[in-house]
Amino acid sequence: MLRNAKKEALIALVLVAPFAAIYGLAFIYPTIQMFLLSFTDAPLIGQGDYVGVENYARLPGDRRFQTALWNTGYFVVLSVIPGTFVALAIALAVDRLKGRFQSLVLALFFLPYILPVSVVYLIWDWTLNFQFGIAMHLFDLLGIQRVPIFKSTAWFMPAVALVTVWWTCGFSILLFLAGLRAIPAEIYEAAALDNAGRWTTFRRVTWPLIWPVTALVLTIQLILQLKIFDQVYLFSTGGRPNDNLVLVYYIFQRAFQSDQGGRAAAIAVVLFVMVVIVSVFNFQLVRMSRGRAQ
Amino acid sequence: MTALPAQGIAPLQRIQRLNVAGAILSILTVVAAVIWAFPIYWAVVTSLKPENETVRAAVELWPETLTFEHYRFALFETQIGNWYLNSLGTAFGTMILTVSSSLLCGYAISQLRFPLRQPLWWLILASFMVPTQTLIINHFELVANLGLLNTWAGIILPQLIHPVVIIVYKQFFDGVPKEFREAAVMDNASEWRILTRVYIPMNWGVTTALCIVTFIWSWNAFLWPFLAVTRTEEMTITVGITQVNDAFGVYYARQLSAAVLAGLPVALAYLIFQRRVTQAITLSAGIKG
Repeated sequence: MLRNAKKEALIALVLVAPFAAIYGLAFIYPTIQMFLLSFTDAPLIGQGDYVGVENYARLPGDRRFQTALWNTGYFVVLSVIPGTFVALAIALAVDRLKGRFQSLVLALFFLPYILPVSVVYLIWDWTLNFQFGIAMHLFDLLGIQRVPIFKSTAWFMPAVALVTVWWTCGFSILLFLAGLRAIPAEIYEAAALDNAGRWTTFRRVTWPLIWPVTALVLTIQLILQLKIFDQVYLFSTGGRPNDNLVLVYYIFQRAFQSDQGGRAAAIAVVLFVMVVIVSVFNFQLVRMSRGRAQ
Repeated sequence: MTALPAQGIAPLQRIQRLNVAGAILSILTVVAAVIWAFPIYWAVVTSLKPENETVRAAVELWPETLTFEHYRFALFETQIGNWYLNSLGTAFGTMILTVSSSLLCGYAISQLRFPLRQPLWWLILASFMVPTQTLIINHFELVANLGLLNTWAGIILPQLIHPVVIIVYKQFFDGVPKEFREAAVMDNASEWRILTRVYIPMNWGVTTALCIVTFIWSWNAFLWPFLAVTRTEEMTITVGITQVNDAFGVYYARQLSAAVLAGLPVALAYLIFQRRVTQAITLSAGIKG
């Protein structure tokens, strides 16, 4: 077949142009600017002087940066691992159900994921309200002293992690369900013929086959939770933001509250590099799990 | 394991035992699902109670006096109408611009040969890994320099970065059998015609799915709209309901009615297009659904 290479390239150029313009403007340019900015003492808007690596050199001794890094790590541990396994358990339970009944139960588990973070915040702020929250009846029932959860530093991160697991679980459940449905029925039939019990079937059949998806969900969640800001910001209003700092929150604080664009950019670069490293790992896992599925 | 006949009935017993265990598991699943979704129900019910009922010590699962007063208040006496409009405008804008630019680009990468095609594809794959949250400082500077703070365009621009939409389109266009293209080329169809008459119609499903999720992502966006808007009348609903406290005060039911209104469009979109939303979300994680 004859192909007019020049004409084809021209058409391609026209088709790619809108995307390229958007990407250049809203993605590549800001990314380059972020790196450049991190070597200056510029305010949020406006020019600054080149200060070398000073902004980076300050970070290890910066108390707030330490808090932010620690809290981000703590939050990741509290949300990623429990979230993944709760999702796997729910997916296994939902996968057993059939037809419309299954989609109804799935919808109940999935619904929180579709809601905006501010709605999730208002729902839980109400549910866990110190005076009138319905969850406080549970506290009374268990004989735990009622606490203003989001004003207490000890309770803050675990509570936000719980809300986050509730909110984002639906996403992981879907991935697990897709993974479970990809397991051929014949394997289960073979296991049934061998009189394998529920637990043996899970351990010998389901788990090894679902493991690549589990690894994928873990890394996706890890990437997602490293970037946490919204919930932490919302739940700390009226509380103690400085104790609850996470990395994105600290970027926001430096840039938008202290007007130190340069210093904020250095923190952004650190987070950027962290997320890219985890993402490269995640990308490998996606390729691996595709290889398995085919 | 004593006598032979026992072995004969063992499988039957086993099935019955399994069914009982299975039924218990199913019931537990349903109970867990109901508890899981309960906070949402509780928020909705609270928003239908008069304020004095919301602060009672007892747990009342249904309002004693059902009232829509809070919804009337939220809709007519706060700026929620404005916020709705802003959310709708920016979400539709983001959806249309993201999906259309990605569709065209995905088609070019999938079907056409042109210089820098491979580097462009690598760039898209690489940008999948970049956290846009770290770009807020420079997005703010960009949007401020363009004079777009407090505008729809300013809210939309940084939200157009969804490389996954292109990746999905490329996968689906790659999957269209070559014969369709060859037949169209034989008929002297133009590239535009091939795209609009063959490739787009064959992939309506995925386009619908991608439109719904980009809409939901944009409707739910918080961090960027929160930064890009300082004037209350220009806020999107997700920002407005948490940032403008004087609109609702410490009236729990009032605030929850605003929350219900903010969540309603996306919840409905999900319930109506459940299958499509599920498909798009699985696709966006890199698993082909």
